[in-house]
Amino acid sequence: MTQAEDSRARVLVVDDDASLSEMLSIVLRQEGFDSQVVDRGDEAMDAFRVYRPDVVLLDLMLPGKGGIDVCKEIRAESGVPIVMLTAKGDTIDVVVGLESGADDYVVKPFKPKELVARIRARVRRNEVPGSDTLTIGPLTIDVAGHAVTRDGQPVSLTPLEFDLLVCLARKPWQVFTREVLLEQVWGYRHAADTRLVNVHVQRLRSKVESDPENPEIVLTVRGVGYKAGTAGQQ
Amino acid sequence: MVARGVPQTLRRGLTFWRRSIQARVVVSTVLLSAIVVTAVGWLLLRQVERGLVDHRVDAVLVEVANEDGQASQSLKAIPATDSDASRQAQSLYQGLQTSGSARGFSVVVVESGRGDQPLDDRGPEASTHQAVDSVPTSLVRHFDLVPAGELAPHPAWTYTTIHTKTGPGSFTSVPGIAVGSQFLIPADGSTRTVYYLFPLDDVQQSLALVTRSLLTAGVLLLLLIAALTWLLTRQIVTPIRLARRVAERLAAGQLQERLRVTGEDDLARLATSFNQMATSLQRQIRQLEELSRVQRRFVSDVSHELRTPLTTVRLAGSVLHEARASFDPQAARAAELLQVELDRFETLLVDLLEISRFDAGAAALDLDDVNLADVARRVVDSTQALADARSTRVVVSAPETPCIAEADVRRVERIVRNLVTNAIDHAESRTIVVTVAADDQAAAIAVRDHGVGLAVGESALVFNRFWRADPARARTSGGTGLGLAISLEDTHLHGGWLQAWGKPHEGAQFRLTLPRWANHPLRHSPLPLVPEDAAEVVA
Repeated sequence: MTQAEDSRARVLVVDDDASLSEMLSIVLRQEGFDSQVVDRGDEAMDAFRVYRPDVVLLDLMLPGKGGIDVCKEIRAESGVPIVMLTAKGDTIDVVVGLESGADDYVVKPFKPKELVARIRARVRRNEVPGSDTLTIGPLTIDVAGHAVTRDGQPVSLTPLEFDLLVCLARKPWQVFTREVLLEQVWGYRHAADTRLVNVHVQRLRSKVESDPENPEIVLTVRGVGYKAGTAGQQ
Repeated sequence: MVARGVPQTLRRGLTFWRRSIQARVVVSTVLLSAIVVTAVGWLLLRQVERGLVDHRVDAVLVEVANEDGQASQSLKAIPATDSDASRQAQSLYQGLQTSGSARGFSVVVVESGRGDQPLDDRGPEASTHQAVDSVPTSLVRHFDLVPAGELAPHPAWTYTTIHTKTGPGSFTSVPGIAVGSQFLIPADGSTRTVYYLFPLDDVQQSLALVTRSLLTAGVLLLLLIAALTWLLTRQIVTPIRLARRVAERLAAGQLQERLRVTGEDDLARLATSFNQMATSLQRQIRQLEELSRVQRRFVSDVSHELRTPLTTVRLAGSVLHEARASFDPQAARAAELLQVELDRFETLLVDLLEISRFDAGAAALDLDDVNLADVARRVVDSTQALADARSTRVVVSAPETPCIAEADVRRVERIVRNLVTNAIDHAESRTIVVTVAADDQAAAIAVRDHGVGLAVGESALVFNRFWRADPARARTSGGTGLGLAISLEDTHLHGGWLQAWGKPHEGAQFRLTLPRWANHPLRHSPLPLVPEDAAEVVA
């Protein structure tokens, strides 16, 4: 039994609505996840450190401390996948959430299957085959070691940003549309919210580019998508 | 060049005429004044002329009486022994001629009583040959009526035209006065008629002078009136123009613009009222802006407050739905209905919130270059399940080259999904064709079905909220009735067109046209609104 419990993925639910939290726990348990509920923003960090979840479900409007701040604090400590629960589908709310470090978002009201699919995609990381070392511009990517260095200095990336970078670096000759990236990196089909890709590319650039305004590593191909920079390619 | 230049100048002149009160007032005032001044001048001139001529006639008659007296004296002075009549007549003529050339009149002397003969044939003695022609026949006839051997009691006069020879073959004609009187030749008792011809050229010169003065005065008066009118209208029009400029700025959204008020006259009061109006407008617009802000806030709050409990209900419904196998049949059916209706409720809520966001003006665009062909294929992929359920085939017809428009991909996809699901709903299982095309100005998607079609006038109604072609029709796909209304708002947000065409039983076509760059003006669509196959049917 203990063995089984341990193998179950842990989900930390941070939401102030008690009914929704309880309902989420029920659904998650049915789907084979272990979950813990926190109803205040200022208690989220303590719970996070104790519970060590595999995924965080984070509501944006929380008492005590806002969801955006909680998101930033978790991100400062860990690359654990964060899925935002937002009641507002407006671009600006979604973008602010994603920019503060969330990997994905679900707009309320969502269908349970949709939520579970997103959590599964985040928990079951796309295991990148191979253990080679990739080079893209001044970056060196150790695929097996999940490490990126820029001119010898380590760069800290979240797993998602790492996957995005590896996906682009593997085929530097290919232009990836946002839809292809959503499928290969996020693992979604037909979920065509390309804002996810846009914001993550920006976040990745701010970490790996020397000048994010004039990117050299992740290039935009207008009207199509993104590709890896050819500068210094070997 | 000239031919084109003239109408253009004319048009510009006409525009100026239509727009300038000042020009119209000045021109009409000057025209009216000109008419009055001309009439007054003409009357004045007539009066002066009559006065001058009457005066001259009086002077002429006095002069003639004088001459007549002298001539009679000299005839009486002839001794009774002298019986040479022709010499006496000659001397009468000579005397008159001498005094005539000194005083500026001509004389014609003829023997009286030879009626019915032209004056020329009566052997006239005349200063000049032209003088004979200048004697008016009315005067000649007057004296012809005097019986032979008698003398006309008074001299008679009339106006005439006096011809003067100025060179070989050339004459001048001046108006003049002809006076006639009769004399008795003592030698044989016959009579002679004398015609005096007085030119009126001095009167004419005076008249010309008066005319010139009057004309000059008239023109100066008109100029004065024009200048005065221009100045007066300027006083009125300048504040009006200022007010117009301020009103234009107000209309352009610069609500803080006000007119400067100087003095207390009517114009100042107009300016005050104008400013009060502007202040009241500004206040109301502020209020509306505030209301709009509150509304937006309210929508956002409602959105949050409503969505969280709905999510809980949704999850609970799903759990019940999953577990329905273990319920008794009635509870299981209830769980199914709950699930279906929750779906509908959710779509309706999402659509309502979306449309109130448009109404509040809170919808924003997230622009990027979008390939409409990709959008069409994605939408057709994602609606595959619905199409299969209704055994309808959806085909995409797109060119190899990308059909790019700058747009918000989420909104464009929503529009196209709405059009495609709508078409699937109404296609009656006939094939649906989604055509994509683009040129350098615009990109378009047309969704063509061959289903029930649209009745006359319905193509304008389909975009109305909650409008249904046939209220009795079963609501099969669970559309909210807001889909096309939202699509239209989404399209307007891009500055694009969303239009519908349809004919009963020939199907319908919905065409979305987006400008290549968002909110650039659209002039045409790369695709026809009326599909080609339908146009053939008409032909």
